[in-house]
Amino acid sequence: MSFDLERPWRLHRQVALRPEPFGALAYHFGNRRLSFLKTRKLLAVVQALGEHPTGRDACRSAGVGEDELTAYARALEALAASGMLVERESR
Amino acid sequence: MSQTVTRGKRLVDHFEIGLDAPICLTWELTYACNLACVHCLSSSGRRDPRELSTAECMTVIDELQRMQVFYVNIGGGEPTVRRDFWDLLDYATGHDVGVKFSTNGSRITAEVARRLAGSDYVDVQVSLDGATAPVNDAIRGAGSYATAIRAMERLAEAGMRNFKLSVVVTRNNVPQLDLFAAIADRYGAQLRLTRLRPSGRGADVWDALHPTAAQQRQLYDWLRERGERVLTGDSFFHLAAYGDPLPGLNLCGAGRVVCLIDPVGDVYACPFAIHDAFLAGNVRTAGGFTEVWRHSELFTRLRRPQTGGACSSCAHFDSCRGGCMAAKFFTGLALDGPDPECVLGHGESLLALRGSEPAPRPAADHSRAAVNHARRPAPACDESPLAGLEVIR
Repeated sequence: MSFDLERPWRLHRQVALRPEPFGALAYHFGNRRLSFLKTRKLLAVVQALGEHPTGRDACRSAGVGEDELTAYARALEALAASGMLVERESR
Repeated sequence: MSQTVTRGKRLVDHFEIGLDAPICLTWELTYACNLACVHCLSSSGRRDPRELSTAECMTVIDELQRMQVFYVNIGGGEPTVRRDFWDLLDYATGHDVGVKFSTNGSRITAEVARRLAGSDYVDVQVSLDGATAPVNDAIRGAGSYATAIRAMERLAEAGMRNFKLSVVVTRNNVPQLDLFAAIADRYGAQLRLTRLRPSGRGADVWDALHPTAAQQRQLYDWLRERGERVLTGDSFFHLAAYGDPLPGLNLCGAGRVVCLIDPVGDVYACPFAIHDAFLAGNVRTAGGFTEVWRHSELFTRLRRPQTGGACSSCAHFDSCRGGCMAAKFFTGLALDGPDPECVLGHGESLLALRGSEPAPRPAADHSRAAVNHARRPAPACDESPLAGLEVIR
């Protein structure tokens, strides 16, 4: 399974984000999992997801370069696998 | 998380210098307990008359909300014996602070179980230290096995999923690991194993009850096999020196990412370190918990680079980090030396060399005087610093 950058995503409603110097902590109140967002840029991506038509657009808006996209997609995939991110209904 | 997104400092480096707020913290709401487990880490039994009032507890919760502490591990004592327990639970979850509380199960009625099953922001941890009544009740007291099982039945019946079955690993229950897993499965619970520390009354029984070297190896292999299905609250990071680390942060988070607030508002570096040497301050003083967490002299010191002392030349120091501070302290070992249960046996040989000087004693004893220590039962006090953290790596 890989993260589909062409789909619309958002943060799960039960996930809280706490910005930290290294990035952020993400806590899912539903499955009680804690995850670490290891860069501030990844935090910006995650916060932008809900406002953009695709994951790729969210990455771009947060300043993720083309060369970093694969790494960020992998990070987003891990977050999706733990239930932190969910796909939005496509319109 | 993909390692490729990591740059510069490792996460563990950030945690070692501390965060502006704890990742999670343990809050013992009361020293009162209807049981009297032989290994109780907080020497609980009698209520302390200086206990934080309901209003004071709510002030602490307000602070935790401002600090964005996602959840607290509430324990005791038996926290449900506080009359305002359910109000405080509602207050916390209503203020974005999730709660996981430990209980011996004695107050989990069918009605309480239904109520708990209905909340997304509350998790329950039922303590059981033997997979059979004789093994459990020898530690936690007569009838405590039946009580815990009945609580789990009620939680399962109410539809509560994935609550925790919490076990302190001892010499007597290592042979029962598979049985514990079966009990957890039966009730739709998740098994959580934590380490026996020589803290509180645990200091009195640690020599007799801590797992043998062979059992530690067995436990490590068993945990490795089960991976993230069994929680450990990062309890066994000293076992990382066997080879691969167990799931978790694998560091001592005391005063850096975790701490303890005790029933009278004292803030300690970790739940297993109730002693003046690890007392950072009190939530009742000006600036409250936030001030203690961010600026106390003790926590500032703990966040400075620590020396490995006798361990720094060991090839495994990077994996076990010298082990558990509380375990060393209460067995009378040096804080910058090996853990008493160092898997290479370095702790064991130091224990043998200890002189006649007694090890430091836990600060306060709230044990009931009438307690017959031959059959001391148990509170919900088996809390671990990183309790409940399911760290995704």
